[in-house]
Amino acid sequence: MFSKLSVIAFSLLLFSVFGYGCRKQEETSAPIGPLWKPSGNEGNITGVINFTGAVPAPSKLDMSSDSKCEGENFLDDVVVKNGKLQNVFVFVKSGLPQAAFETPADAVTLDQNGCKYVPRVLGVQAGQPLKIVNSDQTNHNIHPLPQVNREFDDSQLAGQGPIIRKFRRPEAIFRVKCNQHSWMRAHIAVLAHPFFATSDSNGAFTIKGLPPGEYEIEAWHEKYGAKTAKVKVAEKADAKADFTFDGSVAYRPGSLKLQPAMMTP
Amino acid sequence: MSRPLAIIIWSIAIITAGLFAWPKWRLPESVSAHSAAIDHQFKITLIVIGVGFTLTHAALGYAVWRYRAKNGERASNSSGNARVEIILAAITGLTFIALAITGQRVWARLQLNQAPPISLVDAVRVEVVAQQFAWNFRYPGADGKFGRTDPRLYNDADNSIGARPGPLGIDSTDPAGKDDVVTTTLVAPVNRPISLTLRSKDVIHDFYVPALRLKQDAVPGMKINIHFTATREGRYEIACAELCGKFHHQMRAYLDVKSPRDYEEWLKKNGK
Amino acid sequence: MTIKAQTTKPFTFIANCIANRIANCIGRYVFSRDHRIIGLQYFFLALTAALVGSAMSLLMRLRLAWPRSRWPWLETIFPGGFQDGLMKPEFYLAMVTMHGTIMIFMVLSVAPQSAFGNYFLPIQLGAREMVFPRLNMISFWLTLASFVVLMSALFTAGGAPIGGWTFYPPLSAVASAGPGQDSGADLWLISVGIFCLASFLGSINFIVTTLTRRTKGMSLARMPLTCWGWFTTACVSLLAFPVLFIACLLLFLDRNYGMSFFKPAGLVVSERFIEGGGGSPLLWQHLFWFFGHPEVYLVIIPVMGVISHVMATFARKPVFGYRTMVVAIVAIGALGFLIWGHHMFVSGMNPRIGVAFSVLTLVIGVPSAVKTFNWLGTLWGARIRYATPMLFAIGFVSLFVSGGVTGLALGQTALDMVFHDTYFVTGHFHLIMGVAAVFGIFAATYYWFPKIFGRKMNEAMGKTHFWLTFVGVYAIFVPFHLLGVAGHPRRYADTLWFEFLKPLEPLHVLITIAAFVTVAAQLIFVANFLWSLWKGARAGDNPWEATTLEWTGEASNVAGLPPVVYRGPYEYSTPGAAKDYSMQTEM
Repeated sequence: MFSKLSVIAFSLLLFSVFGYGCRKQEETSAPIGPLWKPSGNEGNITGVINFTGAVPAPSKLDMSSDSKCEGENFLDDVVVKNGKLQNVFVFVKSGLPQAAFETPADAVTLDQNGCKYVPRVLGVQAGQPLKIVNSDQTNHNIHPLPQVNREFDDSQLAGQGPIIRKFRRPEAIFRVKCNQHSWMRAHIAVLAHPFFATSDSNGAFTIKGLPPGEYEIEAWHEKYGAKTAKVKVAEKADAKADFTFDGSVAYRPGSLKLQPAMMTP
Repeated sequence: MSRPLAIIIWSIAIITAGLFAWPKWRLPESVSAHSAAIDHQFKITLIVIGVGFTLTHAALGYAVWRYRAKNGERASNSSGNARVEIILAAITGLTFIALAITGQRVWARLQLNQAPPISLVDAVRVEVVAQQFAWNFRYPGADGKFGRTDPRLYNDADNSIGARPGPLGIDSTDPAGKDDVVTTTLVAPVNRPISLTLRSKDVIHDFYVPALRLKQDAVPGMKINIHFTATREGRYEIACAELCGKFHHQMRAYLDVKSPRDYEEWLKKNGK
Repeated sequence: MTIKAQTTKPFTFIANCIANRIANCIGRYVFSRDHRIIGLQYFFLALTAALVGSAMSLLMRLRLAWPRSRWPWLETIFPGGFQDGLMKPEFYLAMVTMHGTIMIFMVLSVAPQSAFGNYFLPIQLGAREMVFPRLNMISFWLTLASFVVLMSALFTAGGAPIGGWTFYPPLSAVASAGPGQDSGADLWLISVGIFCLASFLGSINFIVTTLTRRTKGMSLARMPLTCWGWFTTACVSLLAFPVLFIACLLLFLDRNYGMSFFKPAGLVVSERFIEGGGGSPLLWQHLFWFFGHPEVYLVIIPVMGVISHVMATFARKPVFGYRTMVVAIVAIGALGFLIWGHHMFVSGMNPRIGVAFSVLTLVIGVPSAVKTFNWLGTLWGARIRYATPMLFAIGFVSLFVSGGVTGLALGQTALDMVFHDTYFVTGHFHLIMGVAAVFGIFAATYYWFPKIFGRKMNEAMGKTHFWLTFVGVYAIFVPFHLLGVAGHPRRYADTLWFEFLKPLEPLHVLITIAAFVTVAAQLIFVANFLWSLWKGARAGDNPWEATTLEWTGEASNVAGLPPVVYRGPYEYSTPGAAKDYSMQTEM
């Protein structure tokens, strides 16, 4: 009698502990509609991000904590060339048809090069592979800080091959840090659809393949916040949407609550 | 069996003692004012250890060699000798306590000093802030005061010299912080006391400079003061000596000991 | 528990028979209340844990010797710990943590005390059984549960925790401070909490049995030193484990219920501001080491009892200074509670307290030294029979001295500034716990195997095991001390990032090779053990011609009258006696 009780008690103990250990399950969000297929009459949104005001002087980052970080590294949160702002993340905020968008199989690459993340801002689709590459001779550590998706914290040693990860749920832009090199920064947005782009060194961006309609798009910069605009996309045409960020707004000191809120559909 | 065992015991004792006596495996060279006292204390301790170690192993080997079972012979029935026990215990006890007490003098000089010979009036004050996985050093600048920091302002992304708030979260509204110099290398003038205040942003680290015989935990939530005086110019490594996470083994900074003139120049250059 | 077969229907009858057998088997051998079965269960748990812990240490050594090498076949076994064949530093630290935890708790706190103590304490006292057999059974199953929970930490998403077995917060208090510090750390805390409970319950049994179940004539002064060791250890256990339990509970609350016992205000970990505050990381250290220092004496005291016991048997001489040995054991147990601060000299604790802890630490060296002199005294004038248990006992004395003397350096505050958290510390505690205590376990195993299983272990294999291990452990751990003198910090995943460590790399390779050879030599022991279970030479009741009650052949577990004791435990070579030993039951 007592032995039976012991067996039951012991099994319960084990199950509860294992259940506890396995409690963090990754949930994937349910698709919101039928799979969307392009019908051939899509248009694009193109634009340029302008920058007015004084460009902050470049700060040279101190990389002496790791002698294997080669070269020089300047803080690249604000990169302006000829009045055009780079690294602004532009995406479609609303107006898309209620549908699920096919998850692309090819990966988006995030490179650790010269002890800096390249690119600094990027978007992936939910479920799309993110390929993280270490091009340096030193050890890096990839540590994104999402709120909704599962956080991971992996070392990536010198000479180690790429790490492939996926974010399963759409999420507003979150930071990526390197545990070893605290100055390294990147930002990732996870969206349910493929309609997003990052402005290049000429401030230009293009969002391709949108079905005709009215859209609200948002342009986000890590220092200067977000601006929205309404755009009407005609059949097989390029709609223009420019943004202007003003650098004369007082340079906000960095803080942990820096990220401006960003909603994704 | 008894002969080989005795020989192995003696050999192990001789080899081990020899290795510790071999100059190659001495403490590394040291360049701080207090290290002579520490090294001396270690030498005395090593001698006591060596004597205890070799004598016991010599006795053990001897007993193993000599007292093996022989046919028909009985062992001696002695079950104790109070006098021998008391004498040995007394010698051991007095030696150990003497070691403890002499060791405390060195410790007191380092940690509890208020009186000469070490005066901290002239000391260079530096704040050492540890984080996963780097060291930050802050000098108070011309006003001699450290500006207020706020953990909510920490910004690792811009650790350039002069960045505000920077990795230490220096509050720009506090005028005392304007001339603070934040670096990732500890620069110190030679032959002048350096007073360090150790802090940590996240977990327990340990500020360890092998060449200075200096080691102290940096505990979050605490400000811990230690000091040293470097006696020779040069570049020395600083390591972390308390497990602080996965890159604990890569947390290196440098201590640059410069001549007083070079130090002033460096301070001026970085203080702007 | 039996199921009565009260029917004549054939199928039901057969089913009942099988059920009966299984129920009997479960009742008798699995959920057993027999102290001998429980002792054996603990022993096999410790043996399994030792093999797992040793494997982990070899993985650590691989990375230290060849940090840039790739191990693709290891990656197939541990996919989370390797990438492209390279061992990740977080895997190394997970191995450090798990190796320490498994070895200290599941091997060293279990084998000397719970395994051999449970088996032999009642027999050596002349008792029929422990006072609380059911409590005893629960203690074992809780210990096993603790081990299973601990191992499950390896399989969580983040992996096993990386904070070392010392688990200092805030590294262990904040889940984002490192991989494995999430569910892995919670499971560790649960496992250790269960272990504390199990040990606490077990120690109650030992204490009450020793005080109340000694047979007629077995006064405290006639108890073998093994019983004194187990009894003192149980008393220390009773007081020390609850402190660790509370510490684990508080840390669990900090981690999961928003408390701040150990978290100061203003922590920022992984760029997240940690709410709460007012706690002190030093509080954990005080609580942990208040347990942690007595813990190491919990490990060594029963072993010291076994060594004295084995030495007397094979030296054919009484233990030199029996009374002093008892006083020394009790003194070590008691003083062990007063010196925990020597783990914290540079922790930020008030340096004045450091002075007190330092002096007391060196004082506790005195009873240990006295015991060493008495072991030497036991050998002096002896007629030593060099059987395998005796070889390990002699080896123990050498290793205990080697490990103990470096305590003189570490116990001094100023020298601790040089050696804290370096390989000097790791060498020191490995020599005493990882080797000397294990030699005690080996001595006990070889010594009592004939009593437990009725067969002797193979002498040639035993001696080979001894030689390889004795030389091997010196080859591993003396270099540890040399690394420490050179300033090499501990828990470093490799030596590639510091100039002052680069010259030490060849020593790491040497240590790793010695480690592999020595661990391989332990397989000789395992093979010997298993082989001897079936094929060992049959042993009589008293193959070693020893004096204590377990060798009488009329052990009180067998139905019959309890033994009566007329003599002390170590009457060897008594002048005028017919044989060179007189059993305790002889008039």
